[in-house]
Amino acid sequence: MASVALSEAEKVYIVHGVQEDLRVDGRGCEDYRCVEVETDVVSNTSGSARVKLGHTDILVGVKAEMGTPKLEKPNEGYLEFFVDCSASATPEFEGRGGDDLGTEIANTLYRIFNNKSSVDLKTLCISPREHCWVLYVDVLLLECGGNLFDAISIAVKAALFNTRIPRVRVLEDEEGSKDIELSDDPYDCIRLSVENVPCIVTLCKIGCRHVVDATLQEEACSLASLLVSVTSKGVVTCMRKVGKGSLDPESIFEMMETGKRVGKVLHASLQSVLHKEESLGPKRQKVGFLG
Amino acid sequence: MAMEMRLPVARKPLSERLGRDTKKHLVVPGDTITTDTGFMRGHGTYMGEEKLIASVAGSVERVNKLICVKALKTRYIGEVGDIVVGRITERRRSAEDELAMRGFLQEGDLISAEVQAVFSDGAVSLHTRSLKYGKLGQGVLVQVSPSLVRRQKTHLHDLPCGASVILGNNGFIWIYPTPEHKEEEAGGFIANLEPVSLADREVISRLRNCIISLVTQRMMLYDTSILYCYEASLPHQIKDILKPEIMEEIVMETRQRLLEQEG
Repeated sequence: MASVALSEAEKVYIVHGVQEDLRVDGRGCEDYRCVEVETDVVSNTSGSARVKLGHTDILVGVKAEMGTPKLEKPNEGYLEFFVDCSASATPEFEGRGGDDLGTEIANTLYRIFNNKSSVDLKTLCISPREHCWVLYVDVLLLECGGNLFDAISIAVKAALFNTRIPRVRVLEDEEGSKDIELSDDPYDCIRLSVENVPCIVTLCKIGCRHVVDATLQEEACSLASLLVSVTSKGVVTCMRKVGKGSLDPESIFEMMETGKRVGKVLHASLQSVLHKEESLGPKRQKVGFLG
Repeated sequence: MAMEMRLPVARKPLSERLGRDTKKHLVVPGDTITTDTGFMRGHGTYMGEEKLIASVAGSVERVNKLICVKALKTRYIGEVGDIVVGRITERRRSAEDELAMRGFLQEGDLISAEVQAVFSDGAVSLHTRSLKYGKLGQGVLVQVSPSLVRRQKTHLHDLPCGASVILGNNGFIWIYPTPEHKEEEAGGFIANLEPVSLADREVISRLRNCIISLVTQRMMLYDTSILYCYEASLPHQIKDILKPEIMEEIVMETRQRLLEQEG
């Protein structure tokens, strides 16, 4: 993770501030920074989204391609995640420096989606055992300003909401060979239901309290963090502890409860923004990268 | 808990927002400024093929016969007498250094110092030969572009709102609680790690957010502009200052007050 050097006195100031529920930028322990979400920013993908959370900038692109289903799940399609930590985020990511962080984030994404209810994979099946849709989700880290996991999970959910998969029909010949026909209308697509797609809430332990949405400076003061992946109904799909320090069981329980509570509000805000954007229709002004 | 998600809004160009009539003449490196050879060339320009060409990206300034280009965003260029705030990243390893300095200064510490000399390759040598410089204790650091810090007589300010600020010429702004005992200064090397009171923290956080909003709107930073911005932000909650619409409103009010004061 990108790290920033702090003096002892600065760390003491941050820790004491968290104890009194007044962080350096005036937020409380459970407040998020302002989030900007925009979908459909990359034109040659099936779905894309860009999320800006303070100084953290994430771009996600989803491409739907045809592939063969996995042997153990012949009636389902699947998702593949790839995370690229670009060198423009921080100089530490130059060359192969960002690979470790990229694999860690990708593995976390695989884990949180590794259950039956997050995405309905049966809708991605075209013909059992032969053809299915594979969704390649590519995450690009443009800028690193703390709280990467939360921003990435919000962006992935927004991109999946925006994904449009072309409708296909399977035609059978007399000889038995199958042909796949793509619909003529480019707007005839199927969309994924993202009701149960989880989002990650990172809770960093600073002193004896925990904070949500830590900045890089606050992450430098925290020895242990808990990543909780929560769905919109408050169901926890996966939990992971990161950091060198230890957490006692009461803290873990408290942090999980906070994560569930914060996660539900996060989902509600994200849903309302995505629906608002969609209601603006195809004529909305796209801000993109040059705004 | 507070959570706000919004759709992005395209930024309006600055001149449109201010309603300026005269647009600045902006150039990028390689642009021709003028083909008239009667001008003297200043900083940021060079002569090539009978015309004056810009070497930096910025706005053209003309004073009688002198044309120069003032860069919009620069790296810090040291000058003797500048006050800077810096973080120790590396230190020389020698026996005397180990014995003497380790107790006082560690890697990662912040210090305030004055520029003593500038070398030809751009490196500067600093000194802390006064009790007002030295290691910095508890507070908040804000990093901005050096071109936004106005050159003034003094850069260490004790603001009337209850906190002090050091405006480093290199763009590092340090905000800290005003120390109570001014007379007995230990030279600043023994850091005070007592918890800072909540009232002081609020002032410091508000100042930090005000400075960030001034910088986002490309306003020059000096004690008066920061103070006016602080006063304009008082009706809002501290964490709301960073919201784009409130940021614009506060900075607009600051700009008006500054114009009234000058005019």
